[in-house]
Amino acid sequence: MEMTGAEIVIRCLQEEEVEYLFGYPGGAVLFIYDELYKQDKVKHVLVRHEQAAIHAADGYARSTDKVGVALVTSGPGATNAVTGIATAYMDSIPMVVISGQVPTSYIGEDAFQEVDTVGITRPCVKHNFLVKDVKDIASTMKKAFYLAKSGRPGPVLVDIPKDVSAQKTEFSYPSSVQIRSYNPSQHGDIGAIRQAAQLLLNAKRPMIYAGGGVVLSSAASQLTELTRLLGFPVTNTLMGLGGYPATDKQFLGMLGMHGTLEANMAMQQCDVLLAVGARFDDRVIGNVAHFAQNPRKIIHIDIDPSSISKRVKVDVPIVGDVAHVLGDLLAVLHSTRQQPDAQALAAWWAQIADWRSKNSLTYRNSDELIKPQYVIETLYELTGGDAFVTSDVGQHQMWAAQYYKFDQPRRWINSGGLGTMGFGLPAAMGVQLAHPGATVACVTGEGSIQMNIQELSTCKQFRLPIKVIALNNRYLGMVRQWQEFFHGNRYSESYMDALPNFAKLAEAYGHVGLCIEKPSDVRPALEEALARKNELVFLDFRTDSTENVYPMVPGGKGLSEVILAEDL
Amino acid sequence: MRHIISLLMENEAGALSRVAGLFSARGYNIESLTVAPTEDQTMSRMTIVTSGSDDVIEQINKQLNKLIDVVAVMDLTEGQHLERELMLVKVRAVGEGREELKRLTDIFRGRIIDVDASSYTIELTGTGSKLDSFVQAIDSSLMLEVVRTGASGIGRGERILKL
Ligand SMILES: Cc1cc2nc3c(=O)[nH]c(=O)nc-3n(C[C@H](O)[C@H](O)[C@H](O)COP(=O)(O)OP(=O)(O)OC[C@H]3O[C@@H](n4cnc5c(N)ncnc54)[C@H](O)[C@@H]3O)c2cc1C
Ligand SMILES: Cc1ncc(C[n+]2csc(CCOP(=O)(O)OP(=O)(O)O)c2C)c(N)n1
Ligand SMILES: [Mg+2]
Repeated sequence: MEMTGAEIVIRCLQEEEVEYLFGYPGGAVLFIYDELYKQDKVKHVLVRHEQAAIHAADGYARSTDKVGVALVTSGPGATNAVTGIATAYMDSIPMVVISGQVPTSYIGEDAFQEVDTVGITRPCVKHNFLVKDVKDIASTMKKAFYLAKSGRPGPVLVDIPKDVSAQKTEFSYPSSVQIRSYNPSQHGDIGAIRQAAQLLLNAKRPMIYAGGGVVLSSAASQLTELTRLLGFPVTNTLMGLGGYPATDKQFLGMLGMHGTLEANMAMQQCDVLLAVGARFDDRVIGNVAHFAQNPRKIIHIDIDPSSISKRVKVDVPIVGDVAHVLGDLLAVLHSTRQQPDAQALAAWWAQIADWRSKNSLTYRNSDELIKPQYVIETLYELTGGDAFVTSDVGQHQMWAAQYYKFDQPRRWINSGGLGTMGFGLPAAMGVQLAHPGATVACVTGEGSIQMNIQELSTCKQFRLPIKVIALNNRYLGMVRQWQEFFHGNRYSESYMDALPNFAKLAEAYGHVGLCIEKPSDVRPALEEALARKNELVFLDFRTDSTENVYPMVPGGKGLSEVILAEDL
Repeated sequence: MRHIISLLMENEAGALSRVAGLFSARGYNIESLTVAPTEDQTMSRMTIVTSGSDDVIEQINKQLNKLIDVVAVMDLTEGQHLERELMLVKVRAVGEGREELKRLTDIFRGRIIDVDASSYTIELTGTGSKLDSFVQAIDSSLMLEVVRTGASGIGRGERILKL
């Protein structure tokens, strides 16, 4: 049977079992919206800004291991989507974005709402397509989903001119897809894996450094099994949190710029480092030369060869999927009789215990001012560590990462690579839709929340009972902190003046709003919010505006050149 | 160090800008870049001359391989290879200079492919440094126009870049 391009697009989404499509209509996608209207398998979520559609699809993907899908119109619809696409790209999130384009005969004429979407998005997608013939829609959609999800995941954009969505052709969805230039490897080289096993067994001061790749590969159980089998210390990057249970005694906490003292010192002083799905980001290894001052052997497991030896030279590269490679590594370790060097390990753990005893995350609580750390600790306690927590970008993001202990992957949803303010609330929408019964908390700041606050309206429409935890310090706090440390306390444009009354604003959108000004009200307010299972509650916590995030390794410094809180 | 990288890519609209965009976005050098279709209609072949430390060249190769439209990549510099570039030069040729220029062209095994009353157009192929030498051998005040294609490269013997 012949179908229009628009109908084919929707049929492809159905074939891919897409549950939610996040989008916003406009002229170039009217045929597609018309087809959406005629069916009820794919549910459309109407956001209030295209950036939010992409973040919502992103949150959906991060929390489920499925591909997030979004639909936007040409021109401003596409350009509004770019920040979201770049956010997903930097964190390797599987996503398919469909954008409308002006009719093919208008392309290049500066037509109404024309932009070169494929050109604009090229540097921030895994791949993109401009579909010029209706006959290519089905195969292109198949490729888009395959590319988004396989290998190193990432966003893929499909740009469809309006006339193509109106033309007709026979529909058949390909059952499989082959791209001759694209063959990501799953299994790592077994020789390299054996070499890695040998290095690990001979290590005196081993360290496991695990990142977002563990979460993306759904390999938390393999990582946990390996770490316990070896008895080694383990750290997570910001993106890897939940990839190893945070309450386990072998876990040293997050590493990097705002990592714990023990994680960073162990990273610096280890003699064998196993890097798993982590990319030696500059917020982790700020100063490559300083890092290299301590000699160590590095084993690096990553599905993307270009992540290996990019910033830090690696001794044993293993290109493959984390789950597969760790499976093979475990098999090799199980088949040998050699054990890790127990004596050396005991000494190493004693050294780590010494760093740990500094309690680098200690903060001084107060009876007068609400400490942001205390809010997160209380949230952790009251949710039993079992909530999905999304966050925006800034100090509140770091406190959430430091004080909420994630024991499971896909529970911590944040923008690490691009650091996109405005990510938290729309991402929480995607998470809540994917997990209707779950507690979803969005930890945000008064700066960040205002970058996508219009989504409170979407939350109302779709009855999303998100708990918005605003750590309102009246400052672009992370900026203020850098100005305090590195720019002589000159707080240039970092004070957030003329803030709205957030509780009333939430009420105006039809939600519950609470303003919390005293430390003693923190717990009751959180309890009330969590008890309101079916309502979105906006908690405006007036926190200590002078609080800083510690520890801090200043940009460009070595991991041991850390600033600790004054009392430490 | 200078490297010559050869690659096969899908003959898709936009493939070239993906490669060019990669080099500018990541700050890699491009000395020259040539591209043309191959005997297989679905593919183009590109030769890129670039330079960088070993680490940078390793990243360039990996990043090129990562592009979905890129089918195969070979760093020709890693083994024996041949390199040729075509140059067209238009020079002022009057009086005694005409004979002199013809002799020089012969020495470099070039050909004069167009002549008018006051100029020659000379075609020359060879390695980049041979073309450089020719340009240097000509009095710069006589030089009217120089067009170079950039290098094309091929592996020697059994070194073949093909699907
Ligand atoms: C304000 C702020 C402060 C920050 N401070 C810190 C900090 O203190 N500490 C910190 O760690 N980060 C911090 N970040 C985040 C930082 O910028 C990076 O986003 C983060 O460190 C990258 O994490 P990652 O190395 O795990 O890599 P990711 O970006 O998660 O990349 C995953 C890696 O795994 C690979 N991979 C993907 N799938 C697979 C698979 N199936 N198998 C194998 N490999 C796979 C990918 O190729 C990639 O190399 C901060 C960000 C912000 C905004
Ligand atoms: C879109 C965007 N613009 C600017 C920045 C730079 N930036 C990083 S953190 C930050 C301050 C965030 O303020 P707020 O949301 O109040 O969080 P706080 O740090 O106070 O907890 C800014 C402006 C950014 N990350 N994203
Ligand atoms: Mg703030």
